[in-house]
Amino acid sequence: MEKSIKRYFPVFLGPTFLAFLIGFIVPFLMGIYLSLCDFRTVTDAKFIGLGNFVRAFQDGEFAHAFLFTALFTVTTLILINVIAFAVALVLTREIRGTNLFRTVFFMPNLIGGIVLGYVWQLIFNGILARYDLALKISAKYGFWGLVVVICWQQIGYMMIIYIAGLQSIPGDLNEAAEIDGANGWQRLWNVTIPNMMPSITICTFLTLTNGFKLFDQNLSLTAGEPMKQTEMLALNIFNTFYGRVGYQGVGQAKAVVFFVLVVALGLIQLQMTRSKEVQQ
Amino acid sequence: MKKRLLTLALALVMALSLAACGGNGGGDAQPSGGGDSKPAGDSQPAGDSGASGGTVYYLNFKPEQDPDWQELAKIYTQETGVEVKVQTAASGQYETQLMSEMAKTDAPTLFQVNGPVGLANWKDYCYDLSGSALAGELSSQDFALMDGGSMSGIAYVIETYGLIYNKALLEQVGYSADDIKSFADLKKVAEDITARKDELGFSAFTSAGMDGSSDWRFKTHLANLPIYFEYEADGIGDTDAIKGTYLDNYRAMWDLYINNCTCAPTLLSAKTGDDSVAEFVTEQAVFYQNGTWAYGDVADIGEENLGMLPIYFGVGDEAKQGLCTGTENYWCVNKNAKPEDIQATLDFMYWCVTSDTGLEYLCSGDHMGFVIPFKGNLESTNLLVNIANDYVAQGTTSIKWCFPTMPSEEWKNVLGSALTAYAADQTDANWETVRAAFVDNWAAEKSK
Repeated sequence: MEKSIKRYFPVFLGPTFLAFLIGFIVPFLMGIYLSLCDFRTVTDAKFIGLGNFVRAFQDGEFAHAFLFTALFTVTTLILINVIAFAVALVLTREIRGTNLFRTVFFMPNLIGGIVLGYVWQLIFNGILARYDLALKISAKYGFWGLVVVICWQQIGYMMIIYIAGLQSIPGDLNEAAEIDGANGWQRLWNVTIPNMMPSITICTFLTLTNGFKLFDQNLSLTAGEPMKQTEMLALNIFNTFYGRVGYQGVGQAKAVVFFVLVVALGLIQLQMTRSKEVQQ
Repeated sequence: MKKRLLTLALALVMALSLAACGGNGGGDAQPSGGGDSKPAGDSQPAGDSGASGGTVYYLNFKPEQDPDWQELAKIYTQETGVEVKVQTAASGQYETQLMSEMAKTDAPTLFQVNGPVGLANWKDYCYDLSGSALAGELSSQDFALMDGGSMSGIAYVIETYGLIYNKALLEQVGYSADDIKSFADLKKVAEDITARKDELGFSAFTSAGMDGSSDWRFKTHLANLPIYFEYEADGIGDTDAIKGTYLDNYRAMWDLYINNCTCAPTLLSAKTGDDSVAEFVTEQAVFYQNGTWAYGDVADIGEENLGMLPIYFGVGDEAKQGLCTGTENYWCVNKNAKPEDIQATLDFMYWCVTSDTGLEYLCSGDHMGFVIPFKGNLESTNLLVNIANDYVAQGTTSIKWCFPTMPSEEWKNVLGSALTAYAADQTDANWETVRAAFVDNWAAEKSK
């Protein structure tokens, strides 16, 4: 058995590795190379060194996009995780229709980001129009609009992860705590949450990176309006790359910076939450 | 049981999403629409491996004309056996799509740039068209886009825009087109309509939508007027630093549009091009700023009701002011395509502007309704084009299209955002943002 696995592993690994190579590694390396080039189309580039990075860092809009994205990420990270956790707690109680509720909460995740953005744009504008307002006239509306959409979409997903986590906590731990006289709040704080740390690690990691990488909803909901004030990092990169003549290299440099940033933040966050995980 | 149901539901969702993907993919390849379809031949053109072996891939800029191009391509394939693929970019997405298409092995052989500024980006990809059969068909060499000694692009359509209006509604208010001969007249009429809006049941202007499907009417076409008048006053055709001499007129015009339209100015950021068309066609508004290309959209209100006025701007001799006529559509052939593809593309372009079928499709009001700058141009059945011709015949001076000299797409976008912000809150401070977007950003973008 083991021998045949050794002999045939390329058959099983090969296709996946090939797909990974074509779909990830090659574009990634090409992207890094292109960030050092001046180009119009990606197959026809001229090496120029670090000039693109200098221009990227001098761009005030890029800095603004970073701040906006950071603020957005912190807001959604807290909101999504707190609400998803609360919903998961409720839906692991023995109440009628739990499965129905879980399904309904999860469903927004099945809708694509662009569609979601446009649908919510209609909803928001429909409501705001009653007061003669529109979503794109103020960055404030855009920001909270994005927060609502992302929460609506992602709470269900994180909820599923939290439910799985809650169900894997052995019942005797809570029982023992109850016998020792711990009240509900103490049990949640000292038993449930420490045992949930693996789920929390995953969910915070996902919401953090999702927040930073958000693109579709940003594009379709506000498109950066008004005056690029709601433009997030990914959209800023896209607009730099595609929207400006001669800025393709700068866009690519921004993308590399963006990658480093997301990886760094992700790793720091993993380190922080993982250190709090407990062994059962 | 529950599990099985879930599996079933999941499978269904997956199948649906797959089907949706497939549907999209099919939609790209399939020509949309098509009233007078020719007898359907084999889906695979018989002459695929024909004599020359070249194929044509046209990345079309104009969504309005996509069905016609698809049909024309099909006819050409049936007649000659040369495969012609037409793709159309979504409104406002042309440069984006061109950039990604150009990187492919099967890059477009025929694409377009919007003038000198667009050409700067793509000049390394432009085949020199001088001496080509197509260049010989041009009615005037003014319609060639030159890059030094090389003919990089050839204009394929001349267009005109102005204030399209509904004659019947205007009469209902008690005016006719003869009463509007200047900006002051236009303002008077528009404000009169607004004052009596409830009684009349319609507004002066359609919503000046600042959604991406419509904002070019104001950040590009309307912005052309202050640029044109400044160029005229200074006797220049392009500049590195615009002064914004006529920005006050621009503001007056914009104020007029946004405060006399079908909705509150704060709602304009959400209004689309379709909204505007719908408002005009359903007679909710008298005036609609757009051009000859929109004929198909507005023809529904009836030829006898349709008219077009110059966009009076309150500058110079307004009695002599004509409509805005020009082009920002230049065909370019991809230099990096295979030689046989380049030849096939040149043949296709030549056929389009010389053959009976090609001319019919390009010029007839039933199809694209273009005025083309080629010798074979047919008399148009597009009413708006004929109105434009009448203005020229009356001796008015057409306003040139100066917007191809705008520094960049970015410049237009920033201006558009500033106009939107100003519409929502009409303060001097917000107009200052518009001014900065117009004047300061012009210099900044030109220097890049």
